[in-house]
Amino acid sequence: MARVFIPPAIRSLTAGLQEVDVSGATVSEIIDQLDQRFPGARSRLCDADGLNPGLIVMVGNSASSLGLLQRVADDEEVHFLPSIGGGV
Amino acid sequence: MSTIEKPTYKVIGTRPVRHDGADKVTGVAKYGADVSLTGLIQAAMLRSPHAHALIKSIDTTAAEALPGVRAVVTSADMPEQGDRYVDLGEGGAIMSHLSSNVLAREKVLYKGHAVAAVAADSIHIAREAVKLIKVRYEPLPAVLDVREAMRDEAPVLNDDVRTQMLGAADPDAGENKPTNVAKKFLFEKGDLEQGFAEADVVVEREFTTATVHQGYIEPHNATAQWHADGKVTIWTSTQGAFTVRQQTAELLMIPASDVKVIPMEIGGGFGGKIAVYLQPVATLLSRKSGKPVKLVMDRAAVFEATGPTPGTYIRAKIGATKEGKITAGEAYLAYEAGAYPGSPISCGCMCIFGCYDIPHARVEGYDVCVNKPRTNAYRAPGSTNAAFAAETIVDEICCQLNFDAAEFRLKNAAQEGTRRVDGPVFSRIGMYETVAAIQASDHYQSPLEGSHRGRGIASGFWFNAGLRSAVTALLNLDGTVSLIEGSTDIGGTRTSLAMQLAETLGISAERVKPTVADTDGVGWNDVTGGSRVTFATGIAVVEAAKDIQRQLLQRAATLWSCDREAVHYEDGKIVGPDQNVITFAELAGKMLQTGGAIVGQGVCSDVAQSGAFGTHCVDVEVDPETGKVQILRYTIAQDAGTAIHPSYVEGQMQGGVVQGIGWALNEEYWYDDQGEMRNSTFLDYRIPTCYDVPMIETLIVEVPDPNHPYGVRGVGEVPICPPPAAIANAIYQAIGVRMQHLPMSPPRVMAAILKLSSAGNGEA
Repeated sequence: MARVFIPPAIRSLTAGLQEVDVSGATVSEIIDQLDQRFPGARSRLCDADGLNPGLIVMVGNSASSLGLLQRVADDEEVHFLPSIGGGV
Repeated sequence: MSTIEKPTYKVIGTRPVRHDGADKVTGVAKYGADVSLTGLIQAAMLRSPHAHALIKSIDTTAAEALPGVRAVVTSADMPEQGDRYVDLGEGGAIMSHLSSNVLAREKVLYKGHAVAAVAADSIHIAREAVKLIKVRYEPLPAVLDVREAMRDEAPVLNDDVRTQMLGAADPDAGENKPTNVAKKFLFEKGDLEQGFAEADVVVEREFTTATVHQGYIEPHNATAQWHADGKVTIWTSTQGAFTVRQQTAELLMIPASDVKVIPMEIGGGFGGKIAVYLQPVATLLSRKSGKPVKLVMDRAAVFEATGPTPGTYIRAKIGATKEGKITAGEAYLAYEAGAYPGSPISCGCMCIFGCYDIPHARVEGYDVCVNKPRTNAYRAPGSTNAAFAAETIVDEICCQLNFDAAEFRLKNAAQEGTRRVDGPVFSRIGMYETVAAIQASDHYQSPLEGSHRGRGIASGFWFNAGLRSAVTALLNLDGTVSLIEGSTDIGGTRTSLAMQLAETLGISAERVKPTVADTDGVGWNDVTGGSRVTFATGIAVVEAAKDIQRQLLQRAATLWSCDREAVHYEDGKIVGPDQNVITFAELAGKMLQTGGAIVGQGVCSDVAQSGAFGTHCVDVEVDPETGKVQILRYTIAQDAGTAIHPSYVEGQMQGGVVQGIGWALNEEYWYDDQGEMRNSTFLDYRIPTCYDVPMIETLIVEVPDPNHPYGVRGVGEVPICPPPAAIANAIYQAIGVRMQHLPMSPPRVMAAILKLSSAGNGEA
């Protein structure tokens, strides 16, 4: 199972849990699982087109432009972070 | 200084003459303002005289009637964007904001905000016509300070802005009403209360930093030619031709493939030449006039209407044990976004404690709109401001604990396996090694004598980006390789990329001919930014070289009538059975007889860099009569992973330091009560010159990045992070005053000296 780090902004949904182990082969599946355990998680992280604007997912140490399609291996860490950069 | 035994390289680590050097020093290189086309006409912009006002009406009749005027455009000529958010490669944008920043719609949000543009037969006619445009404004109160803008009673700039967290509405934001607080960020690690309870000393301070411009010498420019078939060609100075194409296409709602962007040489960018300002306007003017149109900013427009780095307010607190171990860190950061949301506040939050292994931390940040130009990236955006706060407090803790400043940093340095406050874990990084390099340096080991002199050190962190690059390598019959890449060459990357191709192929750097292509000439490349080109485009280059190698092996096998597996590549030669050997150049000469052209391709996508660190040491002398701070000696140690071309690495390190010195001591946007910038010339906005800085001594530390085949780590950004804090710490050692506001200009230092002498209070 992947270890998902819950952003502080949505820890109210997880009763304060900072990390949870979630199964899923892709980021999308991970978020689905999160949403089942903590209803509302998907709507806080995603809109109809994918991850919310300005939000990225890091799987392991890599920020992926695949977003929800990014594959996640067992034991990998998943972080939801603001996109790094600025400029446009 | 290298942390491992480096492989034996033939090209990497040498210092060949840069490939674009001759054209640059002889004036042959073409910049945006050099563009000349048959029938070219010139354009000028009308800009807002108000910092905040409603636009009641715009009357362009008289301007259009002026002889020689070919076209006039306003926001009415730009498509409505609705509430679209578009991913533009390195981050995205709310298109209505981007559009309104290019040409204001209902409101102007800063003095200098573009309102209309005129194209005419000469620049003089265009400027005259601009004066004939009648705009009826209803001035509104302006807000220029981040903390003022956060107050409930502050004038609100954008009616569509609500506070967001994680890209969605903040459920805790309360009443659904417009606000200047566009985004809130929160990061937590461990148990903050426990962390501060474990501390023997806790220091909490407030800091402010001023709005600062990148100060590139070349102004923004764009020349556009609208073609009869509905396509457009744009010549411009930019850090990313592909993002200019995408932004222009999205703003004008035309197909991106109809927009061809030709990147000209760039006279500095530092993050400020990513957003579009002129390109869509020149395109509209060209479409309307039927002529190619050139639009070039003057210096005042560059200052007042492009994207400086934000003014900030930061409150930070760090606790440590008497044994010198940091136990907790807490920070509150509020960054001015300028007119529209989008300051680098998230980066500031994620960088502020990045140098250290801190078990318990909390960081809270706010992106706040104010009546200033929309901020933009500037070398490690957001990190310099944050480092000023964190590294000043670290120094104060060292003083309170009587700890050597380098020793304290070594004891707490983030290393491989350290979990950042924002969550991810560092892979192999060189923070510790940069501190060790400074500690061992001649500078740090030499005594500093004399009155009113002091020495300070500080460290800095920047993520470094990977993003996406693509290159094409074309083998030539004479054994040279034409390298076609799409990364704007700001810091010598033509050569650092050519060297990686040469190393991989076993040829000399001079045998590679790099060219920065236009958007029709190479695959997608994200911007030159995030210190990513030598790293990420470098990975693509190595892939392209390997692609050529593979094809050459097949050609040799054909030549020798043997299996491909019986042939191998060895140091610029192809070796086969029966003692067959052919050089790279010889086989290139037989290319057409063995199967035709050889084209290598390489793509890099989303390979993460493992982070850049630097530690700086500075000696200053403070004039107690004037408050002027003189830099006596400056040494920078920085982890470059593997320095491909050490001269360019040193150049980036020195350039970053000099900009950081300007930020520390002089540079600031000076606004009057009406929100008008009063120092929008290089005469009054004082960047450092050679008279202000000594030769910056460089110590290249090499902790190879495991994610790059040669261990490259981006070097362009992190050198700007430590200077303000290092200088503030040196000033404290010199005169006993803690400077907490940038710039530490003579009046501000003088005031601090007087305050200290009158009240015995060491804060400024």
